[in-house]
Amino acid sequence: MVLMATGLGRTGLQDWLIQRVTAVILILYIVMLSLIVFRHQPFNLAVWQSLFQQPFMRYATLCAIVSICLHAWVGIWTVLTDYVKPLCLRLSLQVCVILSLLGQCLWSIYILWGR
Amino acid sequence: MKKRPINLNLFVIYFPITAIISILHRLSGVFLFLMIPILLFCLQSSLEATASREWDSILNGHLGKGLIWLTLSALFYHLIAGLRHLIMDIGWGESLWVARISAKTILLLGIVYSILLGGWLWY
Repeated sequence: MVLMATGLGRTGLQDWLIQRVTAVILILYIVMLSLIVFRHQPFNLAVWQSLFQQPFMRYATLCAIVSICLHAWVGIWTVLTDYVKPLCLRLSLQVCVILSLLGQCLWSIYILWGR
Repeated sequence: MKKRPINLNLFVIYFPITAIISILHRLSGVFLFLMIPILLFCLQSSLEATASREWDSILNGHLGKGLIWLTLSALFYHLIAGLRHLIMDIGWGESLWVARISAKTILLLGIVYSILLGGWLWY
């Protein structure tokens, strides 16, 4: 049996779905960002900074970063479960990954709003 | 239970094209995961008022360009390989011969994108 204590959802099927939903969100965000860059030529730092003044861009970016973290949680969990066999080491690594992703989500809120 | 013979010698195993793009999908994913804190740091310093001077020198240096090249190449490859999975989840292209063709296409697209990006960054 595969131990799911450090998985994101309660079942493997939930993890599967979360990975797909976050993947679609990230594709949409990347397409949107690419279109914005192509429409604002020449693209420079001033344009970039004014972009992040807009609330829409901040919320969209936060949404993308949270999606990255959820997506990475499921992905790295899978990789660690495949390659790290000693249970104690695997659980420790998975908890470290989860905590660092959580920290990076909080950090991104500070980056986007904390000034 | 009888112990079955296991052959996991990486130099002997034959890797079909689908296995190669699968392992590259994983490798690029792990790499991108490791890049998250660095990219967040870049976002943070790019939004600071005093950013412009240092960013000019970083973006024009080989280290900065190399990092951009690696990250965007990995991201593009991970995205199209993931898109292939999403399309298969809908139920399209699941037969073996289509999966082989789409795998070759993904690999080719990834290589072409990396070359074009490198050309755009350095020339």
